[in-house]
Amino acid sequence: MNAPYRARLNREPSAFRKAAVPIASVLAGSLTPLLPIVASAPVLPPFGLVILICWQILRPGLWPVWAGVPFGMIDDIISGQPVGSAVLLWSIILIALDLIEQRYIWRNYWQDWFIAAACLIFAIAGGLAINNFLVNDTRLSVLYPQMILAIFTYPLVLRLVARLDHIRLKR
Amino acid sequence: MAPPRKRRPGFSRKAQLQIFTGYLLAFTGAFAGLLLLALSYFDPTAFSAVRSMTAEVTAPPARLFTGMRVGVQDGWREVAAYFEAGSKNAALQREAERNRIRLIEARALKQENRELRRLLGLIKQVGRPVATARLINSTASSSRRYATLDVGSRQGVQRGQPVRAQRGLIGRVLETGPNTSRVLLLSDAENVVPVRRARDGIVAFSQGRGDGRVDLKLIDIGVNPFKVGDVMVTSGNGGIYPPNVPVAIIEKLTTDGAIGKLLANPAGTDFVIVQEMYEPELADPEASGLPPANSAPAAPLSAPRKPARAGTDAAPAAASTAPSAASSETAAPTPGEPPQ
Repeated sequence: MNAPYRARLNREPSAFRKAAVPIASVLAGSLTPLLPIVASAPVLPPFGLVILICWQILRPGLWPVWAGVPFGMIDDIISGQPVGSAVLLWSIILIALDLIEQRYIWRNYWQDWFIAAACLIFAIAGGLAINNFLVNDTRLSVLYPQMILAIFTYPLVLRLVARLDHIRLKR
Repeated sequence: MAPPRKRRPGFSRKAQLQIFTGYLLAFTGAFAGLLLLALSYFDPTAFSAVRSMTAEVTAPPARLFTGMRVGVQDGWREVAAYFEAGSKNAALQREAERNRIRLIEARALKQENRELRRLLGLIKQVGRPVATARLINSTASSSRRYATLDVGSRQGVQRGQPVRAQRGLIGRVLETGPNTSRVLLLSDAENVVPVRRARDGIVAFSQGRGDGRVDLKLIDIGVNPFKVGDVMVTSGNGGIYPPNVPVAIIEKLTTDGAIGKLLANPAGTDFVIVQEMYEPELADPEASGLPPANSAPAAPLSAPRKPARAGTDAAPAAASTAPSAASSETAAPTPGEPPQ
């Protein structure tokens, strides 16, 4: 065979890149509370979760169902939520997404967005509910800006994740 | 779209088991999350070591970013100041004239205040600054309001110390690492601060609402005396926070108090000061004629007064029960009185 063509035919994407890009992107999303933003209200969408959901919607079956546990743990340590809250909420979300994937196979973009929005609202409100149970009450209305921002971040992050997917599977 | 995934991946026992194990792990994980939450409920400091370690590791880049942010903000302010320079200059000059007169009055009042305090034998214990630092980041995506400070126990910061900016109170230190510490901001729902109205000393509590504002709850139930625009300062009751640090300005009235806007916006402050914990005490009890504050152990509130004791030395006994409250009550309103 001709040696120069061997490099271009029958190639496989790098196994390391294939596994590392999604994990690294979710971790990078979880690190956003470390940005130098000193906010007096919760405003930043939970980027780690948004990226996790985007990967799951773009590539169903990419994550094992239990992926919410390690990612949630890391997110909890950084985000300032009581440790265990994201572990619980993200696990529930990934199980739900998996069930949705089995039940409703043919979905369009808007339905995906709706599902992601429901998941994000569940996660943000759930985080507040856990906090309110542990300490005392903050009103839900405080979270509306964050929820709206998170829902409208989804399409942008989906684009970003699709771009990352190209990088991931590049040969 | 992706091809439909079958629920049963053929007859392979291994593949079936893999799916089953995945679900098992996921549900176990969710349950483990619940257990972890229970742990954080019963022992809130359980994960502070991991958290402070993470903060330590991530502090250097955060410091760098904060420096850049502050630099950009300052630069923008400088540029913005060039516009409206003329009119602003004139306005500032007028204000400086007015302030000069007020300053003289204030100086006289301060002198008078010092004299009165000396008569009373009270000293105003202003918390000595422990460290000056920057807030490097905050929990911007959580409904709790914490911020990270870039000084820690190595610089002398301890748990419970109040943190203030030039414009007002920021919060208090919650956890310390070697070079970083976590600050519970005023707007957190857990942060309750005793405050009083700067004008006349009406006592209230400030509790965070989670959105950069605070609920001001009156202690006396009755007609709501608050007005929009009133400034609340710390009262110093109960220690921790030194008195007369500005906290909030009233923005909206509610049925049982008011909603206040924080005076020191943590996002807008460059440097913050960590102070020593405030401990109200009488410096020289003999000078005031009152018995020392902690000569006798405080009687429990429900205990009945002994009649024999009340007969012989009723006045000092009555005074000794209340000196700690009275000291801050008498000390607090005087400096807050508006100069007339």
